[in-house]
Amino acid sequence: MKSIAFLITLAAGILMLAASLDFPDWSAPTTPASTHLSPHYIEKSIEETSVPNLVTSVLADYRGYDTMFETVVIFCGGITVLTLIRRTFIRKDKYINPRPVREDSDIILQSAVRILVPLIQVFALYVVAHGHHSPGGGFQGGVILGASFILLSIAYDLKFVLKRLKENSILFFSILGVTIYAGIGLVSLFLGQNFLAYAAWAELLGITEVEAHSHGMLGVEIGVAITVTAIMLSLYADLSSGGDLDEGL
Amino acid sequence: MDDLLVFIISKYNYWISLILMLTGLYGMISKNNLLKKVIGMSIFQTAIILFYVSIGAKKNATIPIVEHGHNGHDAAHAVIHAADYVNPLPHVLMLTAIVVGVATLGVALALIQKINQVHDTIEEDEILRSMEE
Repeated sequence: MKSIAFLITLAAGILMLAASLDFPDWSAPTTPASTHLSPHYIEKSIEETSVPNLVTSVLADYRGYDTMFETVVIFCGGITVLTLIRRTFIRKDKYINPRPVREDSDIILQSAVRILVPLIQVFALYVVAHGHHSPGGGFQGGVILGASFILLSIAYDLKFVLKRLKENSILFFSILGVTIYAGIGLVSLFLGQNFLAYAAWAELLGITEVEAHSHGMLGVEIGVAITVTAIMLSLYADLSSGGDLDEGL
Repeated sequence: MDDLLVFIISKYNYWISLILMLTGLYGMISKNNLLKKVIGMSIFQTAIILFYVSIGAKKNATIPIVEHGHNGHDAAHAVIHAADYVNPLPHVLMLTAIVVGVATLGVALALIQKINQVHDTIEEDEILRSMEE
């Protein structure tokens, strides 16, 4: 088995090595990837959307459909994990991997986390809200926010977090984020433009169409961040407790 | 000698992601342990992310954030040259791919947990043996 695997890997490697010789040189400015579509994104983004961070403008505006369905993929991933391993009743007799019960809590760890978590959460909100002007956006901010909850549930335990953020509300938030994203698209549909054409919001908000693009992007980024946060926490909670949301790691 | 160096420098980003990709592929095929297979999958994924991001690079270009763009309409009149900024498109594609990768990793780990609950093992040959019984 090992030798077959090695042979397959070797064959694939030789093929790809041969292919790599035909690739354009690294960091040449005239590669095909950089000449067809991306000059338009780079040169027109400010003019069309007033967003300096090109990654955000491409992510949430030019490729809005793509990002919406990526968010749906994350949502589906979370739901799949939930349906696979979530147990609503605990079978103590068939407990396969008994985890050591933590008896005392670590005061140094918990004090440090208590100071860190608000800072992490404020930074996450900054990354979401300032994603237009600096590196950041909904996915990154959502992951940071989710990580702060995961850090809390490692330092204390899972029950500590789930008492404050119930499982039902985690699911509600994950649906809410997708709904915000699709809702912003639907409103522009009802206003007589294409799905996710943020320019339709200009009249509604009393701003120019270019500003409407920027504001619409902020809206969908917030939706993405909510979904990603909720799904990250849900994934951790289900996977670390084996589906019974009991103790966690 | 100089020609060889220039050749290596112009292609080594592809080779590094190629090596990583093959490491992941080998792990996915040869390892018996399902968790190791998942680790191989993650390495493969990282290789592809590196590959895409390296495609976006341009010589003498900066990060894809327009300078002084936050001044609003003044910047709209300034001329922006595409050669001054790296290609944002691969970054966007990989940004979503990373987070979707986390979701697929979660699903894979959930499946492994479920398999472990049913078969009491995550070694592939032992699972096959226990299915035959």
